[in-house]
Amino acid sequence: MQAPPQTVFVARGLTKTYHMGEVEVPALRALDIEIYQSEFIVLLGPSGSGKSTLLNILGGLDTPTSGEAFWRDHNLATADERELTRYRRDHVGFVFQFYNLISSLTVRENVALVTEIAPDPMTPEEALQLVGLEQRMDHFPSQLSGGEQQRVAIARAIAKRPDVLLCDEPTGALDYETGKVVLEAIARINQELGTTAVVITHNASIAGMADRVMHLANGHIVAVETNPHKISPSELSW
Amino acid sequence: MKTLDLKLLRDLWHIKSQVLTIALVVGNGVGAFVTQLSTYDSLQWSRLSYYEASRFAQVFADVKRAPQAVEQQIAALPGVADVETTVVFDVTLDIPEVAQPVVGRMIGLANAGQPRMNRLTLRQGRLPEADRANEVLVSEAFAKARKLKPGDHLTAILNGKREALHIVGVVLSPEYVFSSLGAFPDDKSFGVFWMNREHLGSAFDMEGAFNHAVLRLAPDAGEQDVIAALDRLLEPYGALGAHGRDEQLSHKILSQEINQQKSMSMVYPTIFLGVAAFLLNVVLSRQVATQRGEIAALKALGYTDLAIAAHYLKLVLVIVLIGILGGFAIGAWLGHFMTAMYTEFFHFPRLSYRIQPWIFLVAAGVSLLAAIAGALGTVRSIMRLAPAEAMRPPAPVRYRRMLLERLGLEHLLSPQARMIVRNLERRPFRAALTAFGIASSVAIIVSGIFWRDALDYMIAVQFNAADRGDASIAFTQPVAARSRHEIAHLPGVLAIQVARSVPVRLRAGHRAYRTVVLGLPANTGLRRMLDADLRQIPLPPHGVLLTDRLADRLGLKVGDRLIIESLEGTRARREAVVAGLVNDLIGLSAYMEIGELNRLMDEGDSISSVAVMLDQSQTKDFYARLKEMPKVATVAIKALLLQNFRETSAKNVLFFTTLVTVLAAGIAVGVVYNSARIALAERTWELASLRVLGFTRREVSALLLGELAIELAVAIPLGLWLGYLLSAAIVALTHTETFSIPVIIEPRTYAYAALTTLAAGLASALIVRHRVDHLDLVAVLKTRE
Repeated sequence: MQAPPQTVFVARGLTKTYHMGEVEVPALRALDIEIYQSEFIVLLGPSGSGKSTLLNILGGLDTPTSGEAFWRDHNLATADERELTRYRRDHVGFVFQFYNLISSLTVRENVALVTEIAPDPMTPEEALQLVGLEQRMDHFPSQLSGGEQQRVAIARAIAKRPDVLLCDEPTGALDYETGKVVLEAIARINQELGTTAVVITHNASIAGMADRVMHLANGHIVAVETNPHKISPSELSW
Repeated sequence: MKTLDLKLLRDLWHIKSQVLTIALVVGNGVGAFVTQLSTYDSLQWSRLSYYEASRFAQVFADVKRAPQAVEQQIAALPGVADVETTVVFDVTLDIPEVAQPVVGRMIGLANAGQPRMNRLTLRQGRLPEADRANEVLVSEAFAKARKLKPGDHLTAILNGKREALHIVGVVLSPEYVFSSLGAFPDDKSFGVFWMNREHLGSAFDMEGAFNHAVLRLAPDAGEQDVIAALDRLLEPYGALGAHGRDEQLSHKILSQEINQQKSMSMVYPTIFLGVAAFLLNVVLSRQVATQRGEIAALKALGYTDLAIAAHYLKLVLVIVLIGILGGFAIGAWLGHFMTAMYTEFFHFPRLSYRIQPWIFLVAAGVSLLAAIAGALGTVRSIMRLAPAEAMRPPAPVRYRRMLLERLGLEHLLSPQARMIVRNLERRPFRAALTAFGIASSVAIIVSGIFWRDALDYMIAVQFNAADRGDASIAFTQPVAARSRHEIAHLPGVLAIQVARSVPVRLRAGHRAYRTVVLGLPANTGLRRMLDADLRQIPLPPHGVLLTDRLADRLGLKVGDRLIIESLEGTRARREAVVAGLVNDLIGLSAYMEIGELNRLMDEGDSISSVAVMLDQSQTKDFYARLKEMPKVATVAIKALLLQNFRETSAKNVLFFTTLVTVLAAGIAVGVVYNSARIALAERTWELASLRVLGFTRREVSALLLGELAIELAVAIPLGLWLGYLLSAAIVALTHTETFSIPVIIEPRTYAYAALTTLAAGLASALIVRHRVDHLDLVAVLKTRE
């Protein structure tokens, strides 16, 4: 008998409105969501559907205009900047669409940037091994291909042993083959370390590797699919 | 080392030439500050320790002739700790191999031993023997200027009698740290001598009498009270009015110079640090703009705002620290050099150079504050940057329709020119500050070398327009006016003009000032009074003309009345009307018609000096005859004075000009180079795209450097104007009573400042252009930041 899955994220009535001058732009409209321990979630939706806003709030980069958002017992909606920083530092790993590596630091140093401030990190070498980059540790970002850079970003994100890995279009700037390598790395972290992963993508084919796929539109979750048969990234095609 | 610090080092290395040029500007500011303050402090310290070691007197009194017994009465005055009296006379010297007569100040040494106050420092030789009347000591400055040493002989005309003197020692005295008859340093034509007091006294009929007294005060004595009591006591003996150190010539000039260093020590460093703060701001904000994504990523990764802000602040602080350390080195070296340079004018036994730790601390503290001020805005924007920015691509730069379009003038410009103008318009504040930074370089150069123009002007006015004689002959005491014929008949004399000068105290209400009234014939040929436009002011038959600054000091205007108290002979006290104001640049004086002055003094036709105009071919005979004339006390020869002055000042002017130019060029290089580098960094992608579209290197460079050219074109005229204002401000700051320095700036000075700045700017721009020429088009276009 399987134990009931443990909820790590809960959001209720999550609303986010941006003010652009005098115009109010709603990004999230009273959205509800629950995410469980070790789940692999894919967020799908067109531009402006609220995917990134949701991810930012889950990652403690942004706070909602109204509504509740909890990560375990952390109230992310009411946390101040200091608490959010603490939360990100201790629990969250980010992978950005544009990698956002520090160009003046080598691969190893980019990872060390995180391991230095995390409470229980792996070594940069271990993290890089998990993404298959142990051979390129002393290269600078400018000496790497896009896929390699994104894998460094993943290594950097997982080196702290985060509870949750948040990826914003991790393959958005990559070609097909490279994109697959990157997705494999993310899947591996999710499976081997049990890290909850939330991945934003435009690419519906990636949905095959998720436990659940959430479709967003106009700031709502319009549909949630549960995937009974997860496939490995190598079997994906688009 | 923490990884973030590693990033710091790599970032610094990446912008190393910018780091260096900014550190240079900081270093120049710190260097100027340390130089001037340490020179100020060292001079102050040298003076203090010398005054203490030599027991420099605190009050000085000159009388015509007072019996020796009066010394006891002075000693008995309340507040007087010690008194010493002697005889002092200015005489004409005849030095072998020197054509012109020069002035010697002879000071009596009691029992040929060391005085208790104003003790002499023996530099060479020995003190005179008590029984050798003709043995003398000579001041080191004069000995050096005239190459005299113990064993040499010279002739002095003591009260009309030629006397051979034998130099036995070379000394320094705290009364003559600066020695001159006037305000210009002149060690060649004025020497100080010490000799047997009895012998000097008897030569001037001063046995058992003195004409000079020096005092030291009890610790709690009030100087003004002692001076007042002393004046009352000495009144019957022809007192010229006692005074404190503040009116002692050597001390006064030395203090003026020391204070000038102090007030100047703020001016240049402020400008340098202001420019440095601006450059740091530009470089840091550029750095932050480039690294927006990285900053947001660091935040997303869990770095605190404070840690990231500190990281960027460190970048600024490292640059400033490099500058500070460089500035310390420059400052210590230049300070030492400048302090040593002062030994040309100020004769201390030991001019010790030191840098007090507080000078370093203040310099470093002020620089760090300036840097932080420059970085603050950017650091705040780092703190404000939302970590979610890491998720977004950079927004394109926003351009709007600007002035050009609104005026409908855009069609007048080519697309390239429009790009340049729009770039300027997009960051008007930065463009303005860049222009202002370059302008400050021009202004510093102008203000650093305008002194040469001002001095030339002062010399031209004082020695050509006002004082038109070639030499001025002063008699030992006032003589009958007919003595002028003797002078007029000397060989080579083309014209003469007599003068009577009376030491006086001028009073107006509660204000008083000691000076001389110069009596001149109404038809003044060789000595003219001038107004501010150099027009001659005729000498009125009645009333007195005052130097305008003297009138200010006394609170007088034309038509007011003042009291003239003679400090000589009859000690007449008369009222007179201010008939007009004179624009003297040097000194504070009063002028009257000579007959009127004689009447005021209750004397007959009496003169005290004669100005002469000479036939330059006969000066040798003229000097030879003068050396023989018994009544002549001193001869001031204009050409010699000017030549000596130019010799000493030429070297200093050259040094100072070079120094200021190098320091200011540092600003020009720093501003232009950094502006060009930033402009290049911001627009590399755009410029590379244009190159791909077929623009030539030249056209692309023109786009980049066109902005700078416009900034330079605005900056240079602005800088010339600021230079004028800065010069005027410096004159006001370093204002002294002795000189009224006109803010005269010749075209050559403006041209020099403009051209050196332009050259520094062009050189920096060309280095950046070299980079444009070597843009790797493919690499640039591949990586859009």
